[in-house]
Amino acid sequence: MKTLFLLQFIFYIFGALIPALSGKNTRLASAASHLAAGIGSMLGLACALFVFASGIPFEWVFPGEGVFGNLTLRLDRLSAVFLFILSALSAAVSIYAVGYLKDHHRDARFLGFVYNSFICSMALVITAANAFYFLLSWEVMALTSYMFVVMEHEQKESRRAGLLYFVMTHLGTAFLMIAFLALFLNAGSFEFRDFQASASALAPAWKNAVFVCALIGLGTKAGMIPLHIWLPEAHTQAPSHASALMSGVMIKTAIYALLRFLFQFLGEIEAWWGGVILCAGILSALIGILYALMEHDLKRLLAYSSIENMGIVFLGIGSSLFFAASGRTAWAGFALIAALFHSVNHAFFKGLLFLGAGSVFSAVHCRDMERLGGLIHRMPATAAFFLTGCVAISALPPLNGFVSEWMTLIALFAGMQFQGLAARFFFPILASLFGFAGALAAMCFVKAFGITFLGSPRSSEAAQARESDGWMKAAMAVLSAGCVLLSAGAGWTAGILSRVAADLLEGAPADFLPSGQSVCVSGPAEMGRFMPAAGLGLLAVLPISLWIWRRLRLKQLKVRTGPNWDCGFSRITDRMQYSATGYSKPLRRIFSFLYQPLRRVEVEDEGHVLLRTAQRFESRIRPLFEEVLYRPLARWIIGLSEKARQIQTGHIQLYLSYILLTTIILVLVVRLL
Amino acid sequence: MNLAGSLLQGLVLLAVAPASGWFIKKMKAASQNRRGPSLVQAYADLGKLFRKNMVISDQASWIFHAMPIVLFCSTVIAAWMIPAIGAEPLFGFLGDLVVFVYFLALGKFFLALAALDTGTTFGGMGSSREMTLGSLAEPAFLLTLFALAYRTQTLSLSGMASRLSAEAPLDGLYFMVPAFGAMLIVAIAESGRIPVDNPSTHLELTMIHEAMVLEYSGPYLALIEWAHQIKQLIFLTLLANFFIPSPALSVASPAAALLAVLIFAAKVLSLALLVGWIEIHCAKLRLFRVPDLLGVAYALAILSMLGQLMMGSWQ
Repeated sequence: MKTLFLLQFIFYIFGALIPALSGKNTRLASAASHLAAGIGSMLGLACALFVFASGIPFEWVFPGEGVFGNLTLRLDRLSAVFLFILSALSAAVSIYAVGYLKDHHRDARFLGFVYNSFICSMALVITAANAFYFLLSWEVMALTSYMFVVMEHEQKESRRAGLLYFVMTHLGTAFLMIAFLALFLNAGSFEFRDFQASASALAPAWKNAVFVCALIGLGTKAGMIPLHIWLPEAHTQAPSHASALMSGVMIKTAIYALLRFLFQFLGEIEAWWGGVILCAGILSALIGILYALMEHDLKRLLAYSSIENMGIVFLGIGSSLFFAASGRTAWAGFALIAALFHSVNHAFFKGLLFLGAGSVFSAVHCRDMERLGGLIHRMPATAAFFLTGCVAISALPPLNGFVSEWMTLIALFAGMQFQGLAARFFFPILASLFGFAGALAAMCFVKAFGITFLGSPRSSEAAQARESDGWMKAAMAVLSAGCVLLSAGAGWTAGILSRVAADLLEGAPADFLPSGQSVCVSGPAEMGRFMPAAGLGLLAVLPISLWIWRRLRLKQLKVRTGPNWDCGFSRITDRMQYSATGYSKPLRRIFSFLYQPLRRVEVEDEGHVLLRTAQRFESRIRPLFEEVLYRPLARWIIGLSEKARQIQTGHIQLYLSYILLTTIILVLVVRLL
Repeated sequence: MNLAGSLLQGLVLLAVAPASGWFIKKMKAASQNRRGPSLVQAYADLGKLFRKNMVISDQASWIFHAMPIVLFCSTVIAAWMIPAIGAEPLFGFLGDLVVFVYFLALGKFFLALAALDTGTTFGGMGSSREMTLGSLAEPAFLLTLFALAYRTQTLSLSGMASRLSAEAPLDGLYFMVPAFGAMLIVAIAESGRIPVDNPSTHLELTMIHEAMVLEYSGPYLALIEWAHQIKQLIFLTLLANFFIPSPALSVASPAAALLAVLIFAAKVLSLALLVGWIEIHCAKLRLFRVPDLLGVAYALAILSMLGQLMMGSWQ
């Protein structure tokens, strides 16, 4: 076990170094580097599964003393869940990268180095048991993912996205540092174990302050609205295989750390934390998906949908806190299982969708859905995998996304048991709004799949697209199979997660999930029930029998192929299809208070309306959060620095007197305190 | 008898579905001094479509071929999860009301996808409108179901129906009336009837459901139409079993089963009468007025939930 665990890091380091050491053969070096990461991930997967099976947490301490405590890596059940997410996804992505980077990346070797360091840093974030090393790996993770974002640094958008990401992520890290330092002052050490042991000694005011700092710091990484603005930019600019990891795993390391804070470091849980997280969750879910619907860039759409999905995870965590604070431990456990399960599920289907988007990009060299279409005829396998991801993310019954969203919905329904009208009323409203977000997600992915893969091509590039190679298809097949298996085995997965929840909450796994590890999932007190395997089975058997009937029936009938019905109008062109922008037009009108759409038509003519020479059309929505929240903030900060500049004259004597003044003030302050 | 009763219930739902659509048509005809089609016509139309040859678009992919089957199957699964004539639903073991709602959504998802498949403008238009209105109806639908579930303290559809029908008729009027209103609006929107959608129009400005299935013909169209009628009957059945008080239905013996079928038919027809009455007396709403109507449904759902929360309590 120990060798297995350490070997994965050795493979990552090895994989990072291969490109640097190897000779001129870029393609081979890149392939070897990514395959090393793949093997490392398999080992990580084995470790996570081992911890699930045995239930024994694993710990390894780096020999030798450090200033900030020892480098300790611990793999308990909670870490194992996230190591499972990381390893499963990066194993598939590594396979994918071999094919994806084959021809169009001149810096494939550098990518190999960054890729391995990125995975390695995430594995360290998840397993580090010491706040100092956690922050160190957290920072490496931010830097390596920044490298991905600015990989195409010749382009302006890429640099802009990189800068935004850099600023936002460090803002978050600053808050996270404050939270950790406050815990350090209380515990007297950086060890997570000491944080946990001294959690009950934390004064209530400190506790709440640490909660706020941790939520802001980690919420930034998780893309929680209104701290989300970096996410759609960064995930779009990174190469697709990296976006898959960033969206599938990196933003979930924030969930991991948040769970550690809420359930281990902060002692007694306060109900209002749950309220705050629930509000942030429903805002992220609704606004995330509403913005996703407005996108016609495939990857930005997926990135916004990640915000929605993190919102769903927050809904699970928030209701779990609410339940735990009021002593309803059984429901707290159930809601926590839902949040963890959704994290796992989201990694699989969002990873799959980003890989699919990458395949589309490498075939068409375009992410703009207005120039895609009809790809199902030219890329049948990619289309089938992408559709699997779409059905899963839209939370439709046979696949895994539904199971965790269903659990979250049931947990929200259970919130109606509370005393007090406000709390009881709050939960069903949340549940119905969550249902609304789910229905919008279905619309969003009908659009994503329908406009990209169905219909006829909207550009000549799309008409000449070619299917991806075997590596890429294999990776997508693995993730699609994961989506099906996680659904068929939902009862067992939930059973494993119920033990994780039992580690975080006081209670037995059997209270959280009475159905245990079986084919059926049901909530505490016989509330709610779903049999995923049976749904999957019915949806396999019924359509197949009808399909056979269809084959027999079609043999007896005459089936003719013909052009589309054109209402007698004979010049139907491909450009008359519904566009991605047109598809979401009704919503743009209905929710115009949120989108504040701008529409401009410019006509140039030669003196008369009929003699038009050029016509330009522009339509966009107002980025509300940037304009209302961030621009004024940025202006204020710039204004403040302008004022501060007045004391900077450039005279060295003045600076020396500043130093003297500061020293005197500090001495006074220290003496007086 | 148990299984036989469940099977009978499932088959009744499939068989009665075309008749419920026919009944509304007949009512409308009567109001316009026309004779209208006979009952046989509803079934003859389906039968004719099943026997017809097909024309398939040259743009169509496998999604086009798979959709009617997926739509039909998911609708039948959803139909067999609800109680109708008092028997245990055949697929009741599958899950609770949330699972039922999402099985309906599965069919809609594929319907909207297939509409985009052939790349016609009509298809895209119908698909976009259907998904928009569908998603706006969703919160009202879920909230009403949750309000009912809260009252009956169970999430199982058959449990809810049996407990609601056992209640004294006027007991929960403050709660049942807004819930009924919300559910009725959702039912009208989801089954594509006036004032939300006009099933008998082929005008591009007003079409929703019809626009999505324009390219279909023959057996495929038959499956889609039948599934649509079943979906309409699902909503009528839910309304009938939740809101119309009646003696407890059972399928314990063939005689009781026959009685149950008759009572069920009477309840559904009286609701169809109401839907038809609305259809006769309303004009179709402009597309961008429909969100207001669905907003009313959501407000009614909130009212019923609030009434329930203030009056009732969790045991």
